[in-house]
Amino acid sequence: MVQFERFNLENGLRVIVHQDTSTPMAVVNVMYDVGARDEDPGQTGFAHLFEHLMFGGSVNIPVYDEPLQMAGGENNAYTTNDLTNYYIQLPSENLETAFWLESDRMLSLGFTENSLEVQRKVVSEEFKEHYLNKPYGDVWLKLRELAYQVHPYRWMTIGKELSHIENAQLQDVKNFFFKFYRPNNAILVVAGNVTVDQVRALAEKWFGPIEAGEKYQRNLPSEPAQTTAKKLEVFANVPLDALYKCWHIYPRLDHRYYVSDLITEILGGGGSSRLYQALVKEKQLFSNIECYHFGTLDAGLLAIEGKLVKGVKMEDAEAAIEVELEKIRNEKVTEAELEKVKNKTESMIAFEDMSVMNRANSLAFYELLGDASLMNTELDRYNAVTVEDIKEESQKIFREVNSSTLYYRSKV
Amino acid sequence: MLNRTIAPPIKDAIEFNLSLKPFEKHTLNNGVPVYAVNAGAEEVLQLEWVYYAGNSFEKHNLVAASTNFLLKNGTSTKNAFQVNEHFEYYGSYLNRNCFNETAVITLHCLAKHLEVLLPVVREMLVDAIFPEEEISIYKQNMKQRLNVNLKKSDFVAGRLIDTYLYGPEHPYGRFSRFEDFDSLTREEVLNFYQQYYRDGKFLLFAAGKLPSNLFSLLNQHFGDLKNSTVTVPLIPSVQAEEKKYRVTNDPQGVQGAIRMGSNFPNRHHPDFTKAQVLNNVFGGFFGSRLMSNIREEKGYTYGIYSYLENHIQESAWVISTEAGRDVCEATIVEVYKEMEELRNEIVEEDELLLVRNYMIGSILGDLDGPFHIINRWKTIILNDLPEDHFYKQIETIKTVSAEELQQLANKYLQPEQFYELVVV
Repeated sequence: MVQFERFNLENGLRVIVHQDTSTPMAVVNVMYDVGARDEDPGQTGFAHLFEHLMFGGSVNIPVYDEPLQMAGGENNAYTTNDLTNYYIQLPSENLETAFWLESDRMLSLGFTENSLEVQRKVVSEEFKEHYLNKPYGDVWLKLRELAYQVHPYRWMTIGKELSHIENAQLQDVKNFFFKFYRPNNAILVVAGNVTVDQVRALAEKWFGPIEAGEKYQRNLPSEPAQTTAKKLEVFANVPLDALYKCWHIYPRLDHRYYVSDLITEILGGGGSSRLYQALVKEKQLFSNIECYHFGTLDAGLLAIEGKLVKGVKMEDAEAAIEVELEKIRNEKVTEAELEKVKNKTESMIAFEDMSVMNRANSLAFYELLGDASLMNTELDRYNAVTVEDIKEESQKIFREVNSSTLYYRSKV
Repeated sequence: MLNRTIAPPIKDAIEFNLSLKPFEKHTLNNGVPVYAVNAGAEEVLQLEWVYYAGNSFEKHNLVAASTNFLLKNGTSTKNAFQVNEHFEYYGSYLNRNCFNETAVITLHCLAKHLEVLLPVVREMLVDAIFPEEEISIYKQNMKQRLNVNLKKSDFVAGRLIDTYLYGPEHPYGRFSRFEDFDSLTREEVLNFYQQYYRDGKFLLFAAGKLPSNLFSLLNQHFGDLKNSTVTVPLIPSVQAEEKKYRVTNDPQGVQGAIRMGSNFPNRHHPDFTKAQVLNNVFGGFFGSRLMSNIREEKGYTYGIYSYLENHIQESAWVISTEAGRDVCEATIVEVYKEMEELRNEIVEEDELLLVRNYMIGSILGDLDGPFHIINRWKTIILNDLPEDHFYKQIETIKTVSAEELQQLANKYLQPEQFYELVVV
């Protein structure tokens, strides 16, 4: 059970305090309710590029990193399709340094041409390193576009193409900032060796004077139910054929999300999972196989991917996956198998909650979902899933018309 | 009115008193030591069986790593599926990793499941049978994985730089080849298992919220195993003659993987911790000179780091980055410029204080939780360092002078000592 207190500032900033006196450190986590899904289709990759610019100096503090390092702190950030998160860990004696830095960049960035110029290049190199210069690196650039027609999940956080990043202008950056990086669109979590009174005073002092922005009304196109199977074939300079298949699942707050999460574990979680045992060990059609989903806030995708053993035909590999899906659709899993994946979930949560940083991050995430206390009831929602639910949802998810399939073929 | 241009006062991290929670040491009936750190609020545990069974002991390439990997693939009473299912049913993670000197089996679990998990760990350690079928699936899948990895310039570069630094026959420089998988036999694996696991030597490390009966359980399940004397063979490294290499792996590649490296002594050398401070100034963290210059000013790369390799016998000082294909050579020039500046100009007090504070803050943050604490102790114990090593390290970080750093730069950051490699 993670204890916390919550209050709001007048400008709409939501503040959560989680005290843990067993550590000498403090964590300051600022989550902004903006991700790649909020981007203009002609300017993708912007939320992530923006995350880089947040380190390029703010209106009163020309350099972000140095004062933090001087205070013995470390920081990082990440952007997903749904949100952008910034976090700092530092000795709790120097907590105010984190407030000073984070509040100034919420107040206003420095917006220098030079910072934009350099970060455009850095992000271009990141794009190359992770998506272009790596075998199979572009799979999800293609597969998202195939699976989604209208929802902005059809592009990745890094962006649809390099040119969108290369063409970013300073005015776009400013517009983006003042639209999304406002206190009423953010959640501040302070955790570790801190007190509620101390955090309240510091939050009022540093974040209180920042003006609220216009409320952002998210109005994303919702993805229509898919009615025909989609297929794509690609030839690339990779050594092995690979098969990717994905299906639409449910939004994060839907109770069926938990069912689909456990389905991925039954099929692909570890050495005793169904797909691994049947297709890697018994039939030896794949040299590796995975089943996972994206955990997105809007309805996401559940995917199966694997590399084929040399000489195996794509059609045979796909048919063998279908045999396993047929089983989970038609026969109830045993209570023991369901218990296994629930036990795994229980321990995963326990391990995650060991670190103060993870706890701060989770509190922010669940607050973004609607209520930080959801964090403490998450396991109950997994435990409520029944063997009947697994069967029923498998039948709904694993329909051919709900699927997108990518044959990623080796041309060497 | 709040003046946001003035930074709040800070306490310099170097004024903090850091302490490393001491371990408890127990000894099993067979003399095997158990090092334990009892801490943390969650009911979780980490147990590690550290065997002297790393690749330094093998006669043929890959025998050590394959034996370690296949420990989980069947015992005389359970097949691979059943072993996996047992650990996964209880939500635990059983991992194995093979290093140069040691090979490790790690169990992460909720404390409440410990009693049903330990007997199966024991089975793996004394009764693994390495079925032929499992070996053949393993070989096929590892070769496929190697095939994919060989397409990655960073993977290829990482292998090559180590062969230049230590020699292709040295445990630190050897790498896996297709023919090594092809020639691997079950008999070699069985022999290695017999000699270095069943008849071998191991240590135990435990961390987490430890149950009160932990040591009696460990003694019950592992206190009767053999515990022999095993000495790590000292294999001399052999350095390559040629210093500069340019390799084309993918003619269409859009980035090059750059590695630069120079041999360096191990942790027992008096320069080691001081060099770690200098390394932080140079390229050890986000605020380092390499990162500021090559990423934040020039935008040649998504990231560039330098580090001292984590080996027991001897180390190397390595610079590593992936840079745009057309700026690889310019990147190398800049790395040498940064070395030159460290040799010729003394690091200013402000910068040095920042690095000291950063390093101390980072150690302080890293002492979060029992798993991190035991890891620090494990490094000290396996490297055979004195128990006050941690405190000496802190002292060095706080006190090493700018003059000493300049001397070190002149001693170690000399371009002619560095191997230089670009793999496109």
